[in-house]
Amino acid sequence: MLDSTDSYVTSDGRTIGGVVMEMKNITLRFGGVVAIKDISFDIREGEIRAIIGPNGAGKSSMLNVISGFYVPQEGQVMFHGKPRPQMKPYEVAQQGIARTFQNIALFEGMTVLDNVMTGRLNKMSSSLFAQAIWRGKAEQEEIENREKAEKIIDFLEIQHIRKTPVARLPYGLKKRVELARALVSEPSILLLDEPMAGMNVEEKEDMSRFILDVNDEFGATIALIEHDMGVVMDLSDRVVVMDYGKKIGDGTPNDIRNNQAVIDAYLGVAHD
Amino acid sequence: MTQTSEGVNGLTSVPALLQRNAAEFGDKAAYREKELGIWQNWTWSEAADEIDALALGLLTLGAAEGDFIAIIGRNRPYLYWAMVAVQSVGAVPVPLYSDASADEMAYVLEHCGARFVIAADQEQVDKVTDVQEDLSQFEQMIYLDPRGLRKYDHANLHQFSKVQDAGRAAVGELMPELNRRREALNYDSTCVMLYTSGTTGKPKGVVLSNRNIIETSRHSSEFDSLSAGEDILAYLPMAWVGDFIFSLGQAYWTGFCVNCPESVDTMMTDLREIGPTYYFAPPRVFETQLTTVMIRMEDASPMKKRMFDYFMTHAKKVGPDILDGNPVGGFDKLKYKLGDLLVYGPLKNTLGFSRVRIGYTAGEAIGPEIFDFYRSLGINLKQLYGQTEASVFITQQPDGQVRSDTVGVPSPGVELKIAENGEVFYRSEGTFVEYYKNAESTADTKDPEGWVATGDAGFIEEGTGHLRIIDRAKDVANMSDGALFAPKYVENKLKFYPNILEAVVFGAERDRCTAFINIDLTAVGNWAERNNIAYASYQELAGHPRVLETIQEHVETVNKSVAEDPMLSGCQVHRFLVLHKQLDADDGELTRTLKVRRKIIGEKFEDLVNALYDDSPEIYTETEVTYEDGRKGTISATLEIRDAAVVPVTASKIAAE
Repeated sequence: MLDSTDSYVTSDGRTIGGVVMEMKNITLRFGGVVAIKDISFDIREGEIRAIIGPNGAGKSSMLNVISGFYVPQEGQVMFHGKPRPQMKPYEVAQQGIARTFQNIALFEGMTVLDNVMTGRLNKMSSSLFAQAIWRGKAEQEEIENREKAEKIIDFLEIQHIRKTPVARLPYGLKKRVELARALVSEPSILLLDEPMAGMNVEEKEDMSRFILDVNDEFGATIALIEHDMGVVMDLSDRVVVMDYGKKIGDGTPNDIRNNQAVIDAYLGVAHD
Repeated sequence: MTQTSEGVNGLTSVPALLQRNAAEFGDKAAYREKELGIWQNWTWSEAADEIDALALGLLTLGAAEGDFIAIIGRNRPYLYWAMVAVQSVGAVPVPLYSDASADEMAYVLEHCGARFVIAADQEQVDKVTDVQEDLSQFEQMIYLDPRGLRKYDHANLHQFSKVQDAGRAAVGELMPELNRRREALNYDSTCVMLYTSGTTGKPKGVVLSNRNIIETSRHSSEFDSLSAGEDILAYLPMAWVGDFIFSLGQAYWTGFCVNCPESVDTMMTDLREIGPTYYFAPPRVFETQLTTVMIRMEDASPMKKRMFDYFMTHAKKVGPDILDGNPVGGFDKLKYKLGDLLVYGPLKNTLGFSRVRIGYTAGEAIGPEIFDFYRSLGINLKQLYGQTEASVFITQQPDGQVRSDTVGVPSPGVELKIAENGEVFYRSEGTFVEYYKNAESTADTKDPEGWVATGDAGFIEEGTGHLRIIDRAKDVANMSDGALFAPKYVENKLKFYPNILEAVVFGAERDRCTAFINIDLTAVGNWAERNNIAYASYQELAGHPRVLETIQEHVETVNKSVAEDPMLSGCQVHRFLVLHKQLDADDGELTRTLKVRRKIIGEKFEDLVNALYDDSPEIYTETEVTYEDGRKGTISATLEIRDAAVVPVTASKIAAE
């Protein structure tokens, strides 16, 4: 068993570091409904960590707990070994956590470039006035931010839609734009909520490649929710499986594949 | 055969031209590429430095004279430099089609015995890595874009910029050797080896010498008085001879600037931003652009649409004459000027053709309407006829003698003759040296006097001296009743409809002609949208009864027009079907340059061809398809076969006898 500060090297040559985030006995209720029940797991630096489970298992709620959007009634989220206090969304972003949404949340009327640039907003320190007249620091910041944005646009191969309003884009590309906006804030932890939902096989393959490249190129830790098992098994280093708000499995894709509880949850069990 | 002096001013190789350009146009832009949203610029002297660094780097890796070095990737300045750097060290560049599959690459790499590969990115590196076991002479690979490659085993893998750094570090030690090798190049040393796309059989390696490339570039640049001020957009495959002549031969001869798009998908935007003065595109590109314009005009406001229609009618009437300098009435001229202000100018700007002085199209026949559309706008679009073996140019159209049905007069320095059977032969200084390691094919194609068989049937028009091409010589056949069968002639007429992307006509040794049709998804899809026709896939749209009706109308109109030609009236299409999949190079149905491989299609879809001839109303079929990543799957469909009305021709035949 690895210690929380140990690091190791994966078979494909990536270095996985110590624990950056730990969920300790998280329970989340909405009124009488228990969405998450006593779940604990950790996320290590540089790994791709998947959370899977059937519909209604509580995956998105879990992601919202990780992102700090939901505050669990019981349990604690440890960030770099310290309990994390309740935070505003922008404070979460400042800590280097970025996310995408299951139902795309982009500014539909704005161009792709403008959408991506919004991801840099909390890196701007020039005053509103300076930005309005675009002088001095504001100008310099904009140039830096644009360069960062362009690098991400290049990385995700969306140059051809740079100036296209998001509303005109097909679904698969919108997902990519959302990923771009998350990436441009240079997150240390990237949370992806069903990045492949509603995609065809080819789009899924593209997205998988981008996720691997993001992890490889930017060294970002990635936590993703997904219900396409094939994708998850190929992509992730470790998988947490949830069912009815409970954790029913945690381990490498291989462990999960052979876990009876998981197989039952996915294939159903005959009650005779 | 006429042999000219050994190069003009001793410029007997591309590296020599580079050195001249660096000296003469040192500060002038040689290459531009859009990167991170900004056009990056390299002058001729900067390009020369980059090329020297890479050439020296290749020396540090042990590149020897006479080595073959493969270059795989989309058009990027770095890869053009790679070609010249390879030439500078006395090796031979072999550009490969970047969308080729790993197996196709393996064949070419093994055939030429490439020791080095210069690949653009991870995708290409992976393909070569997959097949490197089978490559007996392959040693090392250089890659350009490091993305995703950091963790790869770097024993035989080098980053482009690192190779350049190594070269720069070794400049003192290796420069004399580089200079010696550069000076050893002469007019007869090999400039490049290009693999033909191969409409039949395996690709052949066409060896082109410095003489071939430089003489051809010189003649063709003079023909159109190209200058160092031209701008071109390099977007066609680097492995294709046309790109080699335009983006390398002519660019180095005249010193003009080669602009590379940001990515394959941004080509149209980049075209508009650059506004090339000299432009080449296959007919398909012009067709697609016209289709897009027409689709957008359908959606425009009634006022704009009326204005567009009004002025386009006028442009069709007088535009070509104005372009050719023929006399046009004063009022018409004024009206054309107004049209230019309101419609033609903005339209050309949108298309990226505002500055085009000379545009060429070749490779396939272009629809007369498409051709006239561009010419009526004042774009000097011309046709040329050529092939890899000729270093492109065989015939081309001089300004003022442009028509859609001919391919022009022999290019400067080219002799032409028509054989008994109608096949076109040529010889020129651009004529290739040989097919690499294939003396038999060389002898079959090129006779001892230097005449090369084009494989195309055609004739020289009396009076004008223009060449007209009928079809591929081997495709021209007889039908069972002895009538002439020229499939391309009919296919081209069909393809001139925006709804039809591709057509394959059968009929050799048969009693009547039939056809496969591929619909154009953009045009038909837009039509479906406007008519509230729902469809979920290409296959569903292709099988929609109303689509079939429209296609049937097209086929019947074509039949009428074919019937008017007494020689070819037997080629009317009696029955047709609309294919359930798009013909694709990945499935081997088209060449990489998107030409139909008639024989392979006939064999692969044998069941469909049989159904076309046995009067069955529909047929169920299963087809294997190859996905972009090389995996295979099958699709199945039931296709409806339709009868098309034909114009009876027997009467006229009897009358003729």
